[in-house]
Formats: sequence, structure tokens, C-alpha cells
Amino acid sequence: MASEVVQVSGHIIDSLILPKILDEIMDRRGTFEIVELSVGKRKADPSTARLKISASSPRSLRQILQRIARLGAVPVMPTDVRLVPAPKDGVFPASFYATTNLPTFARYLGTWRPVQRIEMDCGIVVDARTRRALCMPMARVARGDLVVCSPEGVKVAPLERARKREAFQFMTSAVSSEKPKAQLIHDIARTMRVLRRQGRSVLVVGGPAIIHTGGGPFLEQLIKHGLVQVLFAGNGLATHDIESSLFGTSLGVSLERGLPTKDGHDHHLRAINAIRACGGIRQAVRRGLLTRGVMHACVTQDVPFVLSGSIRDDGPLPDVMTDVLQAQDAMRRELDGVGLALMIASTLHAIATGNLLPATVKTVCVDINPAVVTKLSDRGTFQGVGIVSDAASFLRELCVALKLPAR
Amino acid sequence: MCRPTYYAIAYEINPWMRLRRPASPRRALRQWEALYRFLTARLKIQVRLLAPARGLPDLTFTANAGLITDRTLIRSNFRYPQRQREEPTIERAFRRWGFRIAHLPAAFRFEGEGDALWLGDTLVLGFRFRSDAPAHESLARLLKREVLPVELKDDRFYHLDTCFCPLPGFAALWYPGAFDRYGRRVIEQVATETIPVSRTDALKFCCNAIVAGREIVLHRGISSSLRRRLERRGLAVHELDLSEFLKAGGSAKCLALRLPSRYTAPRA
Repeated sequence: MASEVVQVSGHIIDSLILPKILDEIMDRRGTFEIVELSVGKRKADPSTARLKISASSPRSLRQILQRIARLGAVPVMPTDVRLVPAPKDGVFPASFYATTNLPTFARYLGTWRPVQRIEMDCGIVVDARTRRALCMPMARVARGDLVVCSPEGVKVAPLERARKREAFQFMTSAVSSEKPKAQLIHDIARTMRVLRRQGRSVLVVGGPAIIHTGGGPFLEQLIKHGLVQVLFAGNGLATHDIESSLFGTSLGVSLERGLPTKDGHDHHLRAINAIRACGGIRQAVRRGLLTRGVMHACVTQDVPFVLSGSIRDDGPLPDVMTDVLQAQDAMRRELDGVGLALMIASTLHAIATGNLLPATVKTVCVDINPAVVTKLSDRGTFQGVGIVSDAASFLRELCVALKLPAR
Repeated sequence: MCRPTYYAIAYEINPWMRLRRPASPRRALRQWEALYRFLTARLKIQVRLLAPARGLPDLTFTANAGLITDRTLIRSNFRYPQRQREEPTIERAFRRWGFRIAHLPAAFRFEGEGDALWLGDTLVLGFRFRSDAPAHESLARLLKREVLPVELKDDRFYHLDTCFCPLPGFAALWYPGAFDRYGRRVIEQVATETIPVSRTDALKFCCNAIVAGREIVLHRGISSSLRRRLERRGLAVHELDLSEFLKAGGSAKCLALRLPSRYTAPRA
């Protein structure tokens, strides 16, 4: 997509110059967005319109611009970004530009440069040597880094509206438990297959409810069949998964019978302790202590996982990162190439991941509580599709839709 | 007006001009004199004369010199270099007569009353072949009036005044085929009444008419139905032979630029 902002002013409404410009754009298969329109109050007052025109290629954009230039619509002369050096490590200049999660471009030395690894609520740093623009979290900026400090010279590309109806439509209606899910789950399954063919990855962000509800084996299936490439979770998912592998319980409840086991309340602590004794999950797998379950599948399938801790964790497992900044960075490193994020029964980690994802990554949030899904989109991950469902039921349906063989 | 002393078909800058179809200087002068006499003697219109200049054959088409507003001439920025040579001559003459001269941005072409005609207090601006649409914004600022650019689509009607002629009472004589669909809608909206003319009449430049009060002066040979329609509106129709000027793509209107009355008094 190529785009340019143009401006036209004068008596453009009564003379139909504006409708004519819009028609010219559409006749040449371009699209437009009216960025600004100020209409003259009296007959002799001029009106001004600012349009953002997009076309499929720079060439067709040029053709459109040529056509409408004769009607008086000319590109608004863009300026370079204003750069200010960061005053301290971990501190942006006061007027720094705060990013969104949409594809963003910064104009530097007359060229629009895509901002790499875009994520919301960060700054943009321009490397004067490589001339590249990089999205930079506040805590990671170094003193003297050149930080973008003006909205001028920065452009943000809105997500395109889907031409035909699809599950990952831009701005779908509100989350509701009253919606049929089968079609949505089939769409997700199809997307997973497509991404796999394209060599892009599927990220699962999971909460412990996956294990509590008995969904662990389905997630394990997905990992074993190469349908999940990255796993983000906390101490809980890994702990209860290991507990279920070692003791057959999750938080002391037998996963087979659905009843509390005698003295089961400390199973998870014993599981953590056993893994700590081995030195970590990978070592436990290598030693033959851990022989099944989600974490086992990750290790054997070589699926990277990032476990980030929280203040109420038991243990935690040795693999859990307790420094949140370090955990954020570890998560960022795994996001390259992710095309779909499945956030299942997790609030904290779903929002944390949502903050790191560009809006172009398709995001599905599955939770039994509709408020979680709403919360995610309220925090800015507006591209998310919500499914109100029990974690295990969702994963079972997904395995069926993917035609995975029964265990 | 400007006597066609040096008028000739010296170049081809519109589909009417053909070097192989020269104009007769004697006949042209005779036709012009007849028009001048008719305007001054019969219609009692005061006419100020611009001195003809050698090497400027189209200077006689004074409508293209610019647009007069009050005491100011908004000077044309001619499209073709052949006519750009007229600009200093025009400017000098108008300055001498006490007009202020206003210029539009040099990037925009504008050919005066050839492309800009008042319909009530709205200025209609024809664009594409000779004038540029973006010029309308500067014009609107100078005039403090609404200026509506309309696109022309037939190069035989390269100036607005070849296909559009405002009549008293916000009405207009026009050839709709010369405008694109947006332009047609704009004119239908601003004019209280539009009188469309046939292609045959349009090609005889019936829209290139001088309207003064209830008198309308145009090239002879219009259809009887058009004449009837004009007369029914209370207009006195006067047909004159201007065939030599048609060879250059002009007729009665092109040969005159409207001045405010206090500037027209002829000097001895």
C-alpha cells in the first residue's frame, strides 16, 4: 500500500470539485480517508479538505495524484521528524511521540521509514547511522538516543477493512456469550493452517484454567502437531501442567474423576520442588522425570516458551522470569513472525502480550468471563476477536476443527 | 475592444485555427468595424480601444486580457507562449488607464473573461484547456465572491465563453455538451433558468454573445428556434457576420472585455 496526504481548498463543495476528486480516486481503485474537512460558513468562504489517499502500488498512487492535481489537490509537503536526544538512560525527552500498535512510518532524511517492531505505548528511536526507525520501550532507551518528538513526520497506517466477511474483521461487534462459536473456531483453524503453510507462527498465551478445566491434553496435541510455535504463560500454567503430569491432579483435583484427591492441596508445591531439584523444566524432561503434558511437548517439539512470574507465585519454577522487564524483552524476541495470537484463559499475560503485539497480528481472546475480552480491547488491543467459552471446550473444538487424531 | 489591424491566423492553438485557412485581413477589419459601429452607434455602448500591436494577432480578442473587478484588472496568465506575449502590452495599457493590476500565482493559467463569467454574484470559471482549476481559490480571495470551477470537455469549446453565456435574471444560454457531468450539475444549480442550444448553433458560437441590457449581439446564422426562444425572453437579437474571427475560434464576446462604466469614456 502506498499513501499520500493531499489538500485542496476553495469553493470545492458547490463546484463539486471535492466529489469529483473522490470519484477520480475511486475510479482508479484508490481509497481515501477524509482527514480533515472544514466547510466555509458563508457562500464566499473557502472550504478545505485534507485527504489521505491510498493505492495498491506507488505507481497507481502516482497516477491518481496526477489526475487530481489538475483539480487542485496537491500533496501536503511532509516534513522530517523532529529528533531530540534522550536525556538519561530509560528517560524519553518530555515531548516524545507515543506509539500505537498500528503500522507506523517515520520520515527521516526525506524518506518514509517503517518503524520496526512496532508496539503500543513506546517511543521511536532513529539510528542516524543505519537510518532505521525502531520502536523503543521507555525502560530500554539509552542516553543520547535520537527520539522522535513530533507528530509531524510520523504516519500511521490504519488497518484495512476486510473486503469480504471474515472472522478477523476490523471492528467486530461486542463480545457476547450469546454467539455461535463453531464457525469462528473453524475460521481460526483455517487461519492456523494457512499461517503454517506461510511459515508464520501461532502464539498461545495460556492461563492455568487450561489445565484446571482439562484442556491440557488438547493444547499438548496442538503443540505436538506443530500447530503452535510459541507459548507464553506464567508460573501457574506450567506448575499445574507439571502437577497433572506427575500426580494426575490440578490444584489437587483429579483430572480423571473431577474430585479432590486426599492430600492433593500440596501436589503443585511438590511438583515445583521436583523441578527445582532438577534445575529446570528442560532438565526434568531430559532426566525422564517429566514425560507428558504441555511443557513436555514444548521441550520435545523445541517450541520456545516464556514464563513470566508475578507477585503471588508459589515457587516459582526455575524457568520463570521474575524480572518483568527481562520477561518483556524475552517475549519481544519471540514475536517475530507471529501471525496469530491465541489468548486462552489468561488475563494478565493476555494484556501484557497484547501490549507488545502490532495490530496486524490476528488476536483471539478466549475466556469464560466476557469482561476479560472487553478489557483486552479497552487496553488498546482492538484487533482482538473475543470468544466467551470454557478453555477446555474451546481447545477440544479447535482440535476437532483441525481434524487432529484422537489421543 | 482592439482593432484587428494585425489580426491573422499566425499559429494553431485551438482546433479552429488552421494555418491553411487564413483569415482575410480586409474582411476581418470590415466585420470588426461593423460590430464596433453597431455597439457604439446603435446600442450606445461606450467603447475604449486598446491600441493594436504588431506581432500580437490575437490581441483583438480582448475578453482574454483579464477580468475586471472594480478598479482592478486581474491579468490573464496565458496558457500558450504565443499569447503570453500579450501580457505586458495589456498590463501597460490598463495601468495607463488607471487600473490596478492583480496577478494570480504564476503556476496557474487563467484566461480572463474567456473563462470567467459572472452569473449574478457567482463567478463561473471554465477550466482544463486554458485555465487551471486551482486558480479559482486565488480568484475567490481577490473577489471575495463564490467562484465555481467547471470542467470543459470538448476542445472545440476551449473557453467558457464559447459555450456559456449569462443572460439577465440569472439565466444562461449554454451548450451542455461542452461540460462534464459535474460542470453540468453545477451550472444547473446556479442558474435559475438554462437555455440549452443545439450542437449546430453552438458550433456557430451562438454562446459567444455580447449581452447588454436586453440586447444580444452574436454571429449570424443561428437557428430560428433559438432566435424565437431568445426573443420570447424579451431579448432583442442582433446577428452580425463575424466569420473571419470564427476561423480563430472567436466571435462577438471574444472581441470585447466588459469595463465598469466610468472607465469606458473614449478619449479623443
